[in-house]
Amino acid sequence: MQAFADLIQQLERSAGTKDRVTALATHLQAAEAADGAWALALLLGKRRRRLITGRRLRQICLERSGLPEWLFDSCHAQVGDSAETIALLLPELALPPAPPLELSLATWMETRLPALAALESEAQAEAVLAIWAALPDGQCFLFNKLLTGGFRVGVAAGLVTRALAQVSGLEEAELAHRLMGGFDPSAAAMEALLAPIEDGAAAPISRPYPFCLASPLEPEHLAATDPAGWQVEWKWDGIRAQLIRRSGQTFLWSRGEELINASFPELEGMAERLEPGTVLDGELTVWLAQAPQPAGFGPLQRRLGRQKPGAALLRECPAAFIAYDLLERGAQDLRPEPLSQRRTALEALVQELQEAVATPAAGLLRLSPVLPLGSWDELQALRQQARSVGAEGLMLKALDSAYGVGRRRGLWWKHKLEPMELDAVLLYAQAGSGRRANLYTDYTFGLWDGDGHLVTFAKAYSGLDNSEINELDRWIRRHTTERFGPVRAVDPLQVFTLGFEGLQRSSRHRSGLAVRFPRILRWRRDRTPESADSLSSALALLEDPAAQRSTAQR
Amino acid sequence: MALPGDGLIQLTPQGLYCPAADAWIDPWRPVSRALITHGHADHARPGCGAYWAVRSGEGVLRQRLGSGIALTGVGYGEELRLGEALVSFHSAGHVLGSAQIRITAGDETWLISGDYKRDDDPSCAPFEPVTADVLITEATFGLPIYRWRPGRQVAAEILSWWREAPQRPSLLFAYAFGKAQRLLAELAALGVEEEVLLHGAVQTLMAPYRSAGVVLPPTRPLSELPRGESLAGRLVIAPPSAHRSPWMKRFKAPQTAFVSGWMAVRGARRRRGFERGFALSDHADWDGLLRSVHDCGARQVYVTHGNSDGLARFLREERGLAAEPLGRAFVGQRSEEGELEGAAAPSVA
Repeated sequence: MQAFADLIQQLERSAGTKDRVTALATHLQAAEAADGAWALALLLGKRRRRLITGRRLRQICLERSGLPEWLFDSCHAQVGDSAETIALLLPELALPPAPPLELSLATWMETRLPALAALESEAQAEAVLAIWAALPDGQCFLFNKLLTGGFRVGVAAGLVTRALAQVSGLEEAELAHRLMGGFDPSAAAMEALLAPIEDGAAAPISRPYPFCLASPLEPEHLAATDPAGWQVEWKWDGIRAQLIRRSGQTFLWSRGEELINASFPELEGMAERLEPGTVLDGELTVWLAQAPQPAGFGPLQRRLGRQKPGAALLRECPAAFIAYDLLERGAQDLRPEPLSQRRTALEALVQELQEAVATPAAGLLRLSPVLPLGSWDELQALRQQARSVGAEGLMLKALDSAYGVGRRRGLWWKHKLEPMELDAVLLYAQAGSGRRANLYTDYTFGLWDGDGHLVTFAKAYSGLDNSEINELDRWIRRHTTERFGPVRAVDPLQVFTLGFEGLQRSSRHRSGLAVRFPRILRWRRDRTPESADSLSSALALLEDPAAQRSTAQR
Repeated sequence: MALPGDGLIQLTPQGLYCPAADAWIDPWRPVSRALITHGHADHARPGCGAYWAVRSGEGVLRQRLGSGIALTGVGYGEELRLGEALVSFHSAGHVLGSAQIRITAGDETWLISGDYKRDDDPSCAPFEPVTADVLITEATFGLPIYRWRPGRQVAAEILSWWREAPQRPSLLFAYAFGKAQRLLAELAALGVEEEVLLHGAVQTLMAPYRSAGVVLPPTRPLSELPRGESLAGRLVIAPPSAHRSPWMKRFKAPQTAFVSGWMAVRGARRRRGFERGFALSDHADWDGLLRSVHDCGARQVYVTHGNSDGLARFLREERGLAAEPLGRAFVGQRSEEGELEGAAAPSVA
């Protein structure tokens, strides 16, 4: 495991992409296949099973050290990670010296860690302490991380595939594809992954294609182009999914590479009508049979993560797959074809299927309509209509483009609606974790109620730049009025414009409102807390989202 | 929590005040008489009528506060009568000329620790344990996650970090007063005889250290080097404020590292954006704090700076001592040793 610990340290220390790829490639090249497979799975974040909770490790650490709980928690607040906190506190445990323990990564992952997890309480504590005593310095943190399933390296999947490409001589896109749909860490899987194309075993029929991703629109890139070269669609407010029908089986994959067949039985039924060797890219939504538009994200959330939904839920929240691309037809990979041709084929396929089945089943597969756009001047007006059809903006896709692997700038653009906005007052702050440990970055904001009180409205973690974060952190420390464990109440003086995607009524929140994806848009140093918005302005937005005052009016 | 209003030392808007001596200790604002523990900016401020400080720290103080200040240099352990009080300065092991200040009046003795550490440091006198009835201690690193390794060991790691990159300039960021000279002295002790380049802010502190007889490798201000001369393989020491400043334009593909106690924590290392973080501090670590409180034998402890609440609670609940944090006045968190983040002078006492 030392080699892997060294790799993690090297990745942390090297700033340049090239150095990181080299470090990864060198490690994967040198490692035994089984260890390399585990390293890969861990780097890609595909193995995050929790074997022992962080809480249990904390308990073992506390029992042995006799440290008071509150002091451990103060340490944790400073470090932002329980695995690291424990590693730093090991000297407090006064463990007897033990001969160093060096095992391969595969041995740890396949044998030793699961065995630890299976032990009973007292025996488990003893075994963990014995390992802590015997681990070389740098490995304790890693061991704790692997045990608690929280292991995450700050390395983009793209860099890992680039390193794999260097090791194997294969194309990055080919490797990205081979890695889709999960990677089961074993020597055999590693060898299959890196095998040359000719003698590569047949791909598993469940394997999805890497999703083509869109970048936020940069209008200056469009202005010079002909609008006729672009396919404009709604940006649907559901979840991205890939529907695969191969060899008599159906696979519905989410963008996070989860198989979600079980949650959407009606789509499985629909897919049986697709020809073998068909792969659709599209949006998963809830769409009531007679409704003109999808039902929004709230109802979809009721379906997500629910295995085997009951009849009532299926009736209340029926799913629909809005198709917008055809990646495979007749078992042939269509991705190299231009979008214009894929679209023609997709339209034909959807029409065939809709004609073949009786309504309402026809509503299960829908075609994402292509929107007319004569000139770029019309783009803003079109985008403004998105909310009225339940969409969250526009998509622009180059008609002559092949279906890309990952985010390739310039092929697909997303043009989301401007968020709704309210000015709210900072009420509470809590320190973040990881990179933001011991820095007050988790903020809670309030709006005025009718009685002149500030009521908690939303939490937001993002939107400020580093210098603003540091400045606000100092301000918070100097203006703390009360502490509740890790949370500080502050003088209600600072006003921020919050942006969010939507509001929903909620009995679980004190304000009576749940806020979707709130974030900070601006620090309003020009505003006094008295001039912040009230709950009634939030309610007005809930009633009529179009009532959003434009920024110019404020 | 504030100090009792009738005690030997009191907390005033200007800072800690001793009525018997009619003098302030490390005052935040100009006062008539100031006793200075050491020359870091959050302890030594300009504008006071008269200063008392340790003689070996005199050079640094005059440089920072003005050569014309009315400063009385005092030797370690020398007893001084100020008004009704007996005052003495004792080595704190923090930086060159740093002191704990012990004040006796009537039948009571107080010790104000200033900043201190217990670890070996070839650039200054070692910490001297001092007893008192009441102790005011700092707690910048008052958590058990902070536990320092010997400076020599960290310096050896820094040396190999430097040696392993002969094609790149090695930019080492360290607090300009104290940490930089401690590192240089450790490198000299490891046998480094090669010239080390310095940022201007570090350069100005070299003369006092050299005249105090600290063994250091040869150094030269970076600004004296001809433009265009290759910096590959050179070690350059600069204050953290120079990181990502225009000053860095001169370096082609440098490797960067930050030396600070805060670097013990991974999140802090990642947040700072240095390639390497070396955990080395001129403040006491957890064990150092506990040991010093114990050695002092005080019946009452007040805790300032950093995790003052936590250390005070630990002393109270786990060690049965009378211990209290010293209020909001010292709350500002230090970003680097000796450097306060944010407004330097607290507005409330």
